[in-house]
Amino acid sequence: MTPTVRVQAGPFDLAAELAALTAGRTDVGGIGSFIGVVRDDPARPLRSLTLEHYPGMTEAAMAAIAAQAGTRWSLLGCTLVHRVGRLLPGEGIVLVLAAAAAPGAALEATAFLIDWLKTRAPFWKSEQFADGEARWVDAARGR
Amino acid sequence: MALRIRYFAWLRERMGRAEETWRCRRGSAPWGRWPRGCARATMPGWPPSPTCATVRAAVNQTFAPPPAPVQDGDEVAFFPPVTGG
Repeated sequence: MTPTVRVQAGPFDLAAELAALTAGRTDVGGIGSFIGVVRDDPARPLRSLTLEHYPGMTEAAMAAIAAQAGTRWSLLGCTLVHRVGRLLPGEGIVLVLAAAAAPGAALEATAFLIDWLKTRAPFWKSEQFADGEARWVDAARGR
Repeated sequence: MALRIRYFAWLRERMGRAEETWRCRRGSAPWGRWPRGCARATMPGWPPSPTCATVRAAVNQTFAPPPAPVQDGDEVAFFPPVTGG
């Protein structure tokens, strides 16, 4: 299995990614998917979220974890797309797809991969609020 | 020896630069060193240590908790704990 791993500024296309993941194969029994979305906070309206990464290291780390998940859950395909730059509330920020013969493996791999992306992948978020303040997201506090 | 030093996220903003070159004696480690121009008050957790909660490090684009060994020409990056996804 060769995972598809990308860091990009623009939006991702779920239908296109699904089609690419399963193109030319009939052995896939299920695809786990997760889409992370920039969430607004009614208590403190968010204008935008800006993501930074470490070009080179981030992609390599994503490819390594995708390969690890592929081995552990016998995945038939895996796609990780993470956006960087300025994103608005409601926009997709991260996409995880994991294809396997069995549904359990697909779902478990998806959960493992998004947890890793949220806690271990070299990305840093900053929040720009509607009230004009900006701050870096604290890893302990999360978002 | 020369090390390519890179900063990310709020560390980059506080340093006012994304990268610089450190010249160290061969065999010496960069880990206890304060970046030029950095004020202690603005760099919580510096210098990085294995138990430091605030600053992480990578050597040649691989997570490397101090005091990981470094060699001439290595790329050493400092950054806050990650907040992806």
